[in-house]
Amino acid sequence: MTSSPVLILNGLSKTFGSVQAADSISLELFRGEVLALLGENGAGKTTLMNMLFGHYMPDGGTIDIIDDSGYTESLPLGNPQASIAAGIGMVHQHFTLAENLDALDNIMLGSEKFLKIRRNKSQAVQKVQKIMNDSGLVAPMDVAVGKLTVGERQRVEILKALYQDVKILVLDEPTAVLTPQEADKLFENITAMTRNGLSVIFISHKLREVLAFSNRIAVLRHGKKVGEISSKEANERKIARLMVGEDTKISLRKKIKAGAPVLELDNLTISGSSKRESISNVNLSVKKHEILGIAGISGNGQTVLANAISGLVKPSSGKIKIDGKTITSIDPSNIIQTGVGRIPEDRHKDGIVGQMSVAENMIIEDLNSGKIQSRGLLDREAIMQNCSDLSSKYDVRGPGPNAPARLLSGGNIQKLILARVFEASPKLILANQPTRGLDLGAAADVANRLLEARQRGSGVILISEDLDEILSLSDRIMVIYDGKLRTAETHNRESLGLMMAGEVA
Amino acid sequence: MIRIEPRNANSAIFSYGVPILSAFIALILASIPLWFAGAPVLISYVEMAKGVFGSKFAFSEMLTRATPLMFTGLAAALAFRAKLWNIGAEGQLYLGAMAAAAIGTGLIEAPAFILLPLIIAFGCAAGSVGMVVPALLKTRYGADEVVTTLLLNFIIIIFLQYMLEGPLKDPMGLGWPQSSPILDQGMLPPLMERMRVHSGLVIAIVCALIAQFMLARSVWGFKLRAVGENVFAARHAGIKVNRTILSAALISGALAGMAGVSEVAGLKGYLTSDLSPGFGYVGIIVAMLAGLSPIGVVISALFIASVFVGADSMSRAMGVSSYLADLVVSTSLLCVLIGGFFSRFKMVRTSLKGQN
Repeated sequence: MTSSPVLILNGLSKTFGSVQAADSISLELFRGEVLALLGENGAGKTTLMNMLFGHYMPDGGTIDIIDDSGYTESLPLGNPQASIAAGIGMVHQHFTLAENLDALDNIMLGSEKFLKIRRNKSQAVQKVQKIMNDSGLVAPMDVAVGKLTVGERQRVEILKALYQDVKILVLDEPTAVLTPQEADKLFENITAMTRNGLSVIFISHKLREVLAFSNRIAVLRHGKKVGEISSKEANERKIARLMVGEDTKISLRKKIKAGAPVLELDNLTISGSSKRESISNVNLSVKKHEILGIAGISGNGQTVLANAISGLVKPSSGKIKIDGKTITSIDPSNIIQTGVGRIPEDRHKDGIVGQMSVAENMIIEDLNSGKIQSRGLLDREAIMQNCSDLSSKYDVRGPGPNAPARLLSGGNIQKLILARVFEASPKLILANQPTRGLDLGAAADVANRLLEARQRGSGVILISEDLDEILSLSDRIMVIYDGKLRTAETHNRESLGLMMAGEVA
Repeated sequence: MIRIEPRNANSAIFSYGVPILSAFIALILASIPLWFAGAPVLISYVEMAKGVFGSKFAFSEMLTRATPLMFTGLAAALAFRAKLWNIGAEGQLYLGAMAAAAIGTGLIEAPAFILLPLIIAFGCAAGSVGMVVPALLKTRYGADEVVTTLLLNFIIIIFLQYMLEGPLKDPMGLGWPQSSPILDQGMLPPLMERMRVHSGLVIAIVCALIAQFMLARSVWGFKLRAVGENVFAARHAGIKVNRTILSAALISGALAGMAGVSEVAGLKGYLTSDLSPGFGYVGIIVAMLAGLSPIGVVISALFIASVFVGADSMSRAMGVSSYLADLVVSTSLLCVLIGGFFSRFKMVRTSLKGQN
């Protein structure tokens, strides 16, 4: 690895209102290096990258780009075109591809002049072919992107960046949607690309892959750079402590004997309009004192499975039994009545009514109970009292009970939902991606609450893409692939990874 | 460069200030065509004010005009709160008016304390039917209620013309397409002697107060707001979405029907096909101007009625067209919509130059 820097960020700062999102962050990136940028949510990673791309105007600081000949140039700030021209490319966590266009069109998109009359496709094909050969990133070019697998789409996304002749590539959580095997392949490709002089910044939450594939790790916390270590000297514990400032405490799972089944799905089949909305012949049972983990890459039927258990979707055939009794009328209010607590996957869309107040969101599943209403009129005092009780019990912090719930941070929205779910002391808890997008502290809180509920005798279904979470919390693990559930006999990353990719482990 | 960013919290100044400011800006903007028409602007507005506040009669006329607007404004506001886009208040108004005319012109002979509630009940029920049908089409088959309610207006108006030429036609009406007069004991009592303002106004204000209370304090209002703000979360939380939408349709239709009852049995005394100069559509503006708040509807109905009544008298005094009223009303709506944008977003100046 050569050691000349290609990018120097010097004292970049940015404040939003009263929040110091980035506090004088300085960072160097060397040629041919993979630099991992780690930090909890809200640590300033995205803010920093947005300043690099010119999306945000920094309050102070400079960005210097050093070209191949060693000439240092100061990058004009707050100007995306200048950043692109300087050879900075970004692959976003959420794909920015046009699904109805083929891969080649997507790659060429944005690199052609608007008024150009003829498109030179063959030249583009040659160029893409060369990039594919050099990097090993292969994806079919003549298929509509919507028909590609997630892994292929991501490769298209990276090819699109490389096509613009980037020298510095930023990858934002590139493995969030990949199987472990696909992720490993991606990192091989990245390593190949860095040999050709590309420098990579990659943002991730997953300590394991950061340790395995980066050369250097920079850790951000509360908008400050709190540490920078060479990956060789680092270990998970060290980095986690840097990120959070202390060791995270997830209480250990105590051995406990599972009881009678609380939820049984009996040959549940849902024929949705597309494959991702269908499940076929799903059988499962969750017992008291048990956490059943369901692993899988998103889009394999988790959402529709969760919707069926939540009462949002009626099964085409099959039965849902709670406490041994078949639920005849499947709708959310009935499911809630029978003692099922649901933590929805998309907490902003399904979890809260953003415009209504925090206090109102806390009672939204409780409207028929005598606690907060009598004869159809709401008891304001009881609602406010409930809100202040739950806020302190579940540590929900925000601008107050009357503020619209949308003003809460993601972690606090999740705590609000947890408060609602756990206060009803449910027999069964359905937790669908409960820690997605949460910082380590909030995620640990969710995990502890689930373990507490298990201790108290609830059955828990934990649907998650995060294998570490599944492995650390579950008593039993099943894997969902292509709408089918299979039990995982061995609980380790490799065999689960293979099952998630649809191969028989 | 200017960037647009969402505001964190809606400040109270904006939610009250925007409509009031919009009304003023609309009046200022309307002075431009007024000036083009060759009328002295200030004097014209003084005439306009006189037309509303100049005499007890003028003021009562404004109240008379505001009454149906309050009903149709409430009809729109409640439905819109549930994101149920009822554009059919005009049709529902005529359904209510037809029911009132059918019951009140001699079908039933009863003293006022029986006949009046009957007329109101049937009028509201007829309006409800006019809104529940499109709502059912929406909840059952996903038919867009904007299209169905809007088109139903035309169907109902043609049906009205048929009724006025047929079953409801006044045999003593010298061939005019109008109904027989409502019986005296079927008329809503007037509020002031020798003035046209009638007790429909009181009913409208009471309806607004009840609606305001129910929205804020009742479980039904809670469900309505939840469904309107985020239907996914509402459904997830076990709120029966379709039932809530249907209940909103029922009440919205009833209020629009009540507008028709109040015009027939409060003001005109008989039914004609020009009973409403678009009260149903103006109700939408009233509701939007009020920010969908029921109490706000009362105030914005008074404002819009003032503009209409005032512009009439201005046009008589100054010799300018009374269409200026439409102009003021529509510019004020545009200003509110633009103002609503500014209350949700803020403009941030960003410089393209590097650091200073």
